[in-house]
Amino acid sequence: MSDLGHVLVLAGGLSYERDVSLSSGRRVTDALAELGVEVELVDIDAQLLPRLLQDPPSAVFLAVHGIEGEDGGLRDALDLSGVPYVGATGAAARLAFDKPIAKAILGRAGVSTPASVALQHAAFRDLGGPALLERVVERLGLPLVVKPARGGSALGVTVVRNAGDLPAAMVGCYSYDGVALLERYIDGVELAVSVIDTGSGPVALPAVEIDAVSGTFDYAARYTAGMTEYHVPARLRAEIAAAAGAAAVLAHEALGLRDISRTDLIVARDGAVEYLETNVAPGMTTTSLLPLAAAAADLDLGTLCRDLLHRAAVRGVPLPGAPV
Amino acid sequence: MDMSGGSRLDPYLEHYAARTHGMTTSEIRALFAVANRPEIIGMGGGSPCVSALPLDVIGEMTARVITEQGAQALQYMGGQGDPRLRELICGVMALEGISASADDVIVTVGSQQALDVVSRIFLDPGDVVIAEAPSYVGALGTFTQYQADVVHVTMDDAGLVPGALRAAIAEVARSGRRAKFVYTVPNYHNPAGITLVEERRDEIIAICAEAGLLILEDNPYGLLGFDGPPLRALRARASDGIIYLGSFSKTFAAGVRVGWVLAPPGVKEKLIMASEATTLCPVALSQYVVAEFLEHHPWQEQVKVFRELYRARRDACLEALKSSFPAGSSWTHPTGGFYVWVTLPEGIDAKAMLPRAIQGRVAYVPGVGFYSDGQGGRNLRLAYSLPEPDRIREGVRRLAGVLSEELDIVATFRGGS
Repeated sequence: MSDLGHVLVLAGGLSYERDVSLSSGRRVTDALAELGVEVELVDIDAQLLPRLLQDPPSAVFLAVHGIEGEDGGLRDALDLSGVPYVGATGAAARLAFDKPIAKAILGRAGVSTPASVALQHAAFRDLGGPALLERVVERLGLPLVVKPARGGSALGVTVVRNAGDLPAAMVGCYSYDGVALLERYIDGVELAVSVIDTGSGPVALPAVEIDAVSGTFDYAARYTAGMTEYHVPARLRAEIAAAAGAAAVLAHEALGLRDISRTDLIVARDGAVEYLETNVAPGMTTTSLLPLAAAAADLDLGTLCRDLLHRAAVRGVPLPGAPV
Repeated sequence: MDMSGGSRLDPYLEHYAARTHGMTTSEIRALFAVANRPEIIGMGGGSPCVSALPLDVIGEMTARVITEQGAQALQYMGGQGDPRLRELICGVMALEGISASADDVIVTVGSQQALDVVSRIFLDPGDVVIAEAPSYVGALGTFTQYQADVVHVTMDDAGLVPGALRAAIAEVARSGRRAKFVYTVPNYHNPAGITLVEERRDEIIAICAEAGLLILEDNPYGLLGFDGPPLRALRARASDGIIYLGSFSKTFAAGVRVGWVLAPPGVKEKLIMASEATTLCPVALSQYVVAEFLEHHPWQEQVKVFRELYRARRDACLEALKSSFPAGSSWTHPTGGFYVWVTLPEGIDAKAMLPRAIQGRVAYVPGVGFYSDGQGGRNLRLAYSLPEPDRIREGVRRLAGVLSEELDIVATFRGGS
């Protein structure tokens, strides 16, 4: 048995990534249970806070993806409830979850990121949708990646190769979020670099190289085994692999994250490492990227989660809104 | 774990049958996972209102089946199904004018298994199934699994259009492909909410007979009409050339998974063998419970309860649509069953709008899933069977708000880039 005490894995909720989140949560729960940790998987709903107050766990592992788990609100609520949790504070999660803001922070920290604009629907409405789209295409070129500023699992993301397809991509994107990020498409090797910090500072795990069979790492390619080929470690020259790892660690630090994160990068044909986004509640499903990286590093997933829960339990709870 | 050589995370990838190639997860599945939460007004799934059943009576009935007939009800049985239930099913079909022998009835695990075994014995890869436009998504999924192509035929407010059916049959023949059957839901269609009028029924049968095509008549909603007695089934008008599918999912309980096939004798034997290869036998306990319900409970009174309940919900749905949906929208006016089929204003893509609807705490099924050829972008299906009338009104009101936002977005980008 573990001396960790009773812990909860939070998952589900009302996010669009509910299904993925429940899979992540089940996997983490099973891995912890195998180590003898007293663990329970809990779906997020209105019963959560009363339950936390009535029977406070030693710590909570957040496997809640999407807005509900990554925009900081749930983390602030846990702080308010005095419950320690694994991962970024609410304030830091908010910065990371908003892709345009995270890109700006990383840009200032010296990490290259594809040229982009972030536009609310109101900007298109006030300035004229077709005219503004024309400017975007003129300045950023095609193909373009249209993605919700806040969201995950590639939901609402479209790679637009023809200008005529942009309006539909914009409508689809705004259905997920009020701000659209239009980003120059970089042709290259997609990477996911996970970062963990079990107490000795953030360390990058081996990069996972993503090669979607269809050419697009969309929702189906992410969660249907067989639709994507993964190489761990990525087939990169040592200096590029090191640069990717360094970029992920820098992202973790610059965004003020804790414990665990996953940064998605792309290595352009010229070898430049470009920053795309950082996830503060990385997927933990059987096809998710962080578990693949952990396995490549000979890290047992359950042990890793248990160590992070220990760290959270010892750390305790800061005041909500404390500086990150 | 060494994955430097690459892995697709599925060691069996090279072993799968070709028919599995389309089996992938999707964004829509992800969204439906949220739609089932109680915070969302779910008008997506066609779930019957089982809470209107006398659950205490069914509980006692089930207990009695186990204590008094457990040796049979908890045992294997013949692949064709319980003889007593098959007799009772003939009585159910008689309400729609069908005269049948229990020998020709095969009990299945819901009518979905019936669709599967019929497809299994008739469809080779590349065969054509002719179906209404739109058509039941569960049937389309089955036909696709057997690698058949679906050719859709237009419906109007009176159901399948005979001229369009003739044209489709001729076109399939001209293309050198082989059509195997016409799949139709004649009563209170899923998803369209349309009923094939009396005047067209004989003509549809004649067209298919002339072309040597079987008809697969799928009729789960036939007893749930709001205006008068049930219509005579196609199978009541001709015994040859029609395979009839029935179900207790909507008139009793979906969870018991009991449906049936009424088939011509030669077909019947093959269906039994195909069914045995799938399940050995249909679920014995469920069959005994359904038989008890039919034999010892005033089940037709229960169907009346369902009819009145669904009528009130249909009314709530139609009134809410009328009072809140924007110009450019239209919808069908079902006279029975569970569904309203909505056509949205020009430029709206119901599938793209679904995330916004989920955020607005209401769910529907986008129309594109009810076609095999990409049509249905402007359509959605609303199921009024499960939510209470007040929830239906609120759900439609929420959806109207979502639609208004979506129209605003679409208008912004109108004119292209």
